[in-house]
Amino acid sequence: MKLVQPRWRIAALALVGALPLLSGAAEAESGHGAAIERQDWTFGGFTGQYDQAQLQRGFQVFQQVCSACHGLKRVKFRNLVQPGGPQFPEESVKALAKAWPYQISGELDDQGNPIDRLPGLPDPIIGPYKNDVQARAAQNGALPPDLSLIVKARNAEQPSAWYNQWLLMLRDIAIGYQEGGADYVYALLTGYHEPPADVHVQEGMNYNVAFPGHQLAMPAPLSKDAFVDYQPESGVKGSLDQNARDVTAFLAWSSDPTLDARKRLGWQVMLYLLITTILLFLVKKKIWSRVEH
Amino acid sequence: MSGLPHESTYEPTTAVGKWLDARLPIVRMLYAQAVDFPTPRNLNYWWTFGGILTFMLVAQIVTGVVLAMHYQPSAEGAFDSIEAIRRDVNFGWLLRNLHAVGASMFFLAAYVHIFRGLYYGSYKAPREVLWILGVLIFLVMMATAFMGYSLPWGQMSLWGVTVITNLFSSLDSIWKGLGTTIVEWLWGGFSVSGVTLNRFYALHYLLPFVLAGIVGLHLWALHVVGQNSPTGLDIKTSSDAVPFTPFATSKDAAGLFAFLLLFCWFAFFLPDYLGHADNYTPANPMVTPPHIVPEWYFLPFYAILRAIPSKLGGVIAMFSAIAVLLFVPWLDTSRVRSTKYRPVYRWFFWLFAFTCLALGWLGSKPAEAEYVFWARVFTFYYFAHFLIVMPLVGWFETPRKVPGSITEAVLAKNKGAKLAPAKS
Repeated sequence: MKLVQPRWRIAALALVGALPLLSGAAEAESGHGAAIERQDWTFGGFTGQYDQAQLQRGFQVFQQVCSACHGLKRVKFRNLVQPGGPQFPEESVKALAKAWPYQISGELDDQGNPIDRLPGLPDPIIGPYKNDVQARAAQNGALPPDLSLIVKARNAEQPSAWYNQWLLMLRDIAIGYQEGGADYVYALLTGYHEPPADVHVQEGMNYNVAFPGHQLAMPAPLSKDAFVDYQPESGVKGSLDQNARDVTAFLAWSSDPTLDARKRLGWQVMLYLLITTILLFLVKKKIWSRVEH
Repeated sequence: MSGLPHESTYEPTTAVGKWLDARLPIVRMLYAQAVDFPTPRNLNYWWTFGGILTFMLVAQIVTGVVLAMHYQPSAEGAFDSIEAIRRDVNFGWLLRNLHAVGASMFFLAAYVHIFRGLYYGSYKAPREVLWILGVLIFLVMMATAFMGYSLPWGQMSLWGVTVITNLFSSLDSIWKGLGTTIVEWLWGGFSVSGVTLNRFYALHYLLPFVLAGIVGLHLWALHVVGQNSPTGLDIKTSSDAVPFTPFATSKDAAGLFAFLLLFCWFAFFLPDYLGHADNYTPANPMVTPPHIVPEWYFLPFYAILRAIPSKLGGVIAMFSAIAVLLFVPWLDTSRVRSTKYRPVYRWFFWLFAFTCLALGWLGSKPAEAEYVFWARVFTFYYFAHFLIVMPLVGWFETPRKVPGSITEAVLAKNKGAKLAPAKS
């Protein structure tokens, strides 16, 4: 009993295969909400690892730009020395901590009086504000969030037609792609544009194509004319785009500092499991060859 | 433990073995149940998921106990302690990923196991109690996972707990004040707070051991009635069966390791893929996330909840969606067990599987016009499948000819084969 003729099956398969292409057209038509474009991250996918030089450049951008308003409290100065991160020399991180513009407060001296002190290697990379109330008071009511987890706390959905979403999902699972947060942060940093004529931007707000609702309190931290220049010996020229990429990579590391070790161990585990699974399957075959089944 | 009639071939050979056997024949019992136990010779790989689930329960308990040594169940400390586990505890990131991804894999395996049972009619007599115990396991698993998701105390933890516990307030429409009283009792206050987190943590630690207890009963019931098989036939003669070890053991081991490949792929390369980004933002009662969505394994039930226009109705529908499973052994009127021999029901089975996937997808979408419409359509079929299709199709369908025995089915498949006696 053949309900479906073979040639119809082929036609159906061809149609399913063509769906991703059709959906591209559907996206362009729907047009509401900016699609967050995927970027080529060195740490993306199942083989990805951080690029140490990029993390170092990214930290420079964070230090010179972001840290004016944002903290990075879950990252300690000592983390900047550890392998799998920017891995700066210990001496320069010690000097960096001693020169950090914001002091650690809330501790007591021998007399029981509250003191402020300079941070050291074990201390968190704090921002300028002692608490959220102080931050809001200084920032016109807006709260600059701590950036330690910002990349993990954001995501970018790939808009697509309903019949296509499961294919995109399977693709992401197959390539091990979970870098939507980095895509979003990069899109936000590069997403400051002149608002369209029909959009009224509220007082104290800024237009950004990537931000949900398109209006946010943070003014453009980087621009075509104001960006961080790198050391000439780094061989990389500073630009809005390069700064945004590098600082996003650094923030991705801040959110997920064990990524390198995780994926390296992951491959050893996968290899072990693969070999063991094959051996166990052969054992099973051999044992079951004794009986009809 | 009695069981399917079979001899235990265990004979203690050492003096210590004989001494123990005369006092506590635990080795004899284990030998009878895990080595000699007769297993249908035609089981396919879908039958390895029982063993996989047992492994997952143990794995979750082991990783969970170690995580508990580092976790602080308080509104102030929970989020920070999990970040400390991720960043500062040696291999803390690994434990945490294995536990969080493990919950998803546990549910994935459970769903495969449930659908295998539905396809091959594993709920039909004499396996009704075995099936009902399975539904109870599913329910306790859901409670455990729900409370576990609250522990990181991120935005989705807080708001997920708020939405789900608030469901009970719908009981106010039956008896004024009843729902509110229950909700406040669950919360331990007038809103979801650190007090709620603390009790959820206590229960999250307790329930897996309750689960282990019901799993013990589930296995006991299984070893009394014996395993179902792809033909839906029970073991009738010794030629239908092979001893559990080495046959089922070797197959279960291969199946388990193949499953671990998938598990570890997610744990090492996609640890956050199955979670929600909002849960990396610390819980904040003043800010509601734009879309509150549960974990993927709850999405079909979430879609059913939101499909019903009345709040109380939605809650009743959601709980009924699980409760209806308890009655499946009596709703299915078919004379044959396995869907393999049911040409009509087979279509409805796959329609039901599609319905569950569609409800899952709809549960992840905002409750807007067309999504709600389709959620209603599929919610209707979800219940219609159990309450209308199962009784009616079993009634009028003419099943295909079922082989006389497992042996006959195996011989028909491997034409001209002779059954060699199975020895361990």
